[in-house]
Amino acid sequence: MPNARLRYVARRIVQAIPILLAIVVLNFCLLKLAPGDAVDVLAGEAGSATPEYMAELRAKFGLDQPLPVQLVRYVGQIATGDFGYSFRHEMPVWDLIVDRLGPTAILMVTTIVLAVGVGVLLGLLAAVNLNTWKDSVISILALVSYATPLFWVGLMLIVVFSINLGWFPTSGMENVAAFYEGWDRVWDIAHHLVLPAITLSLFYLALYTRLMRASMLEQAGMDYVTTARAKGVKEGRITFKHILRNALLPVLTMAGVQVSAMIGGSVIVETVFGWPGLGQLAFESLFARDLNLLLGIFFLSAVLVLVVNLLVDILYTFLDPRIEL
Amino acid sequence: MTDAAAATVPAPPKRFMFWRRFARNRSALVGLAFLFLVILLAAIAPVIYPADPFALVGRPMLPPLSGDFLFGTDTLGRDVAAGIAHGARTSLFIGVVATLVAVAFGTLMGGLAGYYGGWIDDLLMRVTEVFQTIPSFIFAILLVAIMTPSMESVVIAIAVVSWPPLARLVRAEFISLRNREFVQAQVLMGMPDWKVILIQILPNAISPIIVAGSLLIATAILTESALAFLGLGDPNIMSWGFQVGAGRTVLRRAWWICTYPGVAILLTVLAINLVGEGLNDALNPRLRERS
Repeated sequence: MPNARLRYVARRIVQAIPILLAIVVLNFCLLKLAPGDAVDVLAGEAGSATPEYMAELRAKFGLDQPLPVQLVRYVGQIATGDFGYSFRHEMPVWDLIVDRLGPTAILMVTTIVLAVGVGVLLGLLAAVNLNTWKDSVISILALVSYATPLFWVGLMLIVVFSINLGWFPTSGMENVAAFYEGWDRVWDIAHHLVLPAITLSLFYLALYTRLMRASMLEQAGMDYVTTARAKGVKEGRITFKHILRNALLPVLTMAGVQVSAMIGGSVIVETVFGWPGLGQLAFESLFARDLNLLLGIFFLSAVLVLVVNLLVDILYTFLDPRIEL
Repeated sequence: MTDAAAATVPAPPKRFMFWRRFARNRSALVGLAFLFLVILLAAIAPVIYPADPFALVGRPMLPPLSGDFLFGTDTLGRDVAAGIAHGARTSLFIGVVATLVAVAFGTLMGGLAGYYGGWIDDLLMRVTEVFQTIPSFIFAILLVAIMTPSMESVVIAIAVVSWPPLARLVRAEFISLRNREFVQAQVLMGMPDWKVILIQILPNAISPIIVAGSLLIATAILTESALAFLGLGDPNIMSWGFQVGAGRTVLRRAWWICTYPGVAILLTVLAINLVGEGLNDALNPRLRERS
């Protein structure tokens, strides 16, 4: 059995390689599609440059080579972790990204836990109270959150909870001027995290609630439930021991798939709340027309999605022994 | 609603069946009614607000219901209500056009993959998988930024990130229909492939495509508003996302500038989702019983 699983993992990793390559090639195409190249940017930064100097620079960077040669060089660069240089920040793209990884990780992990946890709970509640007012209220809430633009929810939460009630700060990740340390700092960050995490989780919360409800109802109609009932197992035990466990599986798969969408959502939420993560960096690079940086973030988030999907697939084999390896 | 009742009442003509099934879903009717209002607003926007929605018509940041301004004015003195009316045109237009492009392309990819199978299927599905892996919103941002913000670039970007789920759906439909007898009969009689695909298979796969497409319009409107909010909309065209983005900086003093355009987005997207679910009930009655 462990052998079969190992083979399965190896096969999934091999399958991911062409996708990774395709993303690198796509990245290269986008870089080439953009008006102007790195030398134009450099010349622009320097103020003025003679055509001879620019040609010399192009030769130095290999930009005068035919496209396929440039592509091979580009793939080599990415493989060695060289994502180019951000001329705005005067720093390698990689270093900039690593700097901002922490805040985004805090935001996304909190959001996933919140959305999956509360979503599963609400979906369960709706399914157990099927066609009662509780079910209706939960379903309507899910429907509305599903249709709400993230940036708008964020702004409305700021209006109500920061400006009018003064409960939470309007932006940032911590009170830098306070120089908190230890638990005080953790508490401060958590205080800043509340509104962004709620905003980002609303949409996914709605998704998981609907999914969990549908999944519970589907499992409730299965033969094994009838069998359990025929054996005289109590209803509460059927719901929690039998149905719930099986209903959780599709929800977990979705949690993996949604990471891709959540990265997009974090661009919006970080911009609204001034959360100093990758999303805000993407927004800044957009305005500074810092394409190298934007492409670096794009590539890394695609890789992240690939890795998360892989992990969920592997996790799934542990959770559901029926799965074909 | 019971079988006995259905048996005694003579079956209504087929075209009424669709409407009856749709109308059974009350919330879908409410959604449809509201959607009509939005379409009406979009249609008459140039009549009720003939001036350019970017025109500065009053003092900046007037609260709602002051003078002629139902929803107040924004940071520069533009009429928020006029912006909402003109923004309805933008949202609906971009939502529908981007969806049509995405549906056409997704159907082409999924149809070819499902009909031909083999290496064509492998290749096209690999491409689809790549596009599904890429974080779609950042991809859309990149595309618009590279093509420079305009109506066309926003439509292209939304279509490019929206087609993969449709391709998968259409592929699954085509695979299940390809080997059915009525299709095989035409193949044996020498009907060319494109005719089999267009005349025999596609009409039978159209219901799920319509349902998925209608829900896609809602997603497209949300994406468009998010892009415009970040400043990636067409700078010459008024849109709801742009209004919210423009009012952001004065949230503390003038909450209404952000609030009303956001409500417009929310209600429109909600209405389209409700209509989409109603369509699902009416077109795929077998699926209905499950939830």
